[in-house]
Amino acid sequence: MANYNLDITKEHCPMTFVKTKIELSKLKSGDTLEVLLTEGEPLENVPRSSTEQGFTVLSITEAEVKGTHKVLIQK
Amino acid sequence: MATTEIKLDPNTKKLSLIGFSGDFDKLVAVFTLATGAAAVGYEVNLFFTFWGLDGIKIKQGRSPVGKGFLPKVFGVFMGGLKSAPVSRLNFGGISPKIFRYLMRKNNVATLEELVEAAKVLGVNFYACEMAMHILGIQKSDLIPEVKDVLGVATFLKIADGGQTLFI
Repeated sequence: MANYNLDITKEHCPMTFVKTKIELSKLKSGDTLEVLLTEGEPLENVPRSSTEQGFTVLSITEAEVKGTHKVLIQK
Repeated sequence: MATTEIKLDPNTKKLSLIGFSGDFDKLVAVFTLATGAAAVGYEVNLFFTFWGLDGIKIKQGRSPVGKGFLPKVFGVFMGGLKSAPVSRLNFGGISPKIFRYLMRKNNVATLEELVEAAKVLGVNFYACEMAMHILGIQKSDLIPEVKDVLGVATFLKIADGGQTLFI
């Protein structure tokens, strides 16, 4: 099982979802991807769309920089 | 004659876009919606017709693409993705350059990046048979990701049950 990281805090719509989707598509069963993202649309939609596409959101935690969060997603 | 095998899955959310315009800003809208929707799990179908075909030509600059004299003239004047004008205040082609600069500066995906992302995400590209016939464009003039050349009836079948937008 492998753990991957992705920082989309500097991205804007639609590349926030696009980059997440491309990274998620590389995961094998059991692998995790930790996405660092900002509040607002990315925080609302990345966990939701990941769940809708059959991934499991293990946790959502606040990151060190104010206004950013870490979303841990597993295939 | 369309050769695409049409698979309709009632459980998949679907967005179909008719790309009529070859304008820079409208192509940005097409590919922003397409990549965003594909990234959140939608099946996305892009149907390019008339000037929209300029956005999916292999030759992205001004080039005499097409069969016959008039199509070649159109090809030189209209060009492809790299020479797409903005729909308002184009200023002889200066504005698209300013837009590209602003998009890079503000870390927003450029038109070319959006097109590449659409390919990676498996967005379905289709081209309009009738418009290609008028403009003298062959399938070989278009990017290889174009799955098929279609007419209205086949496009409607593909788009059936989803959302469709004309841009």
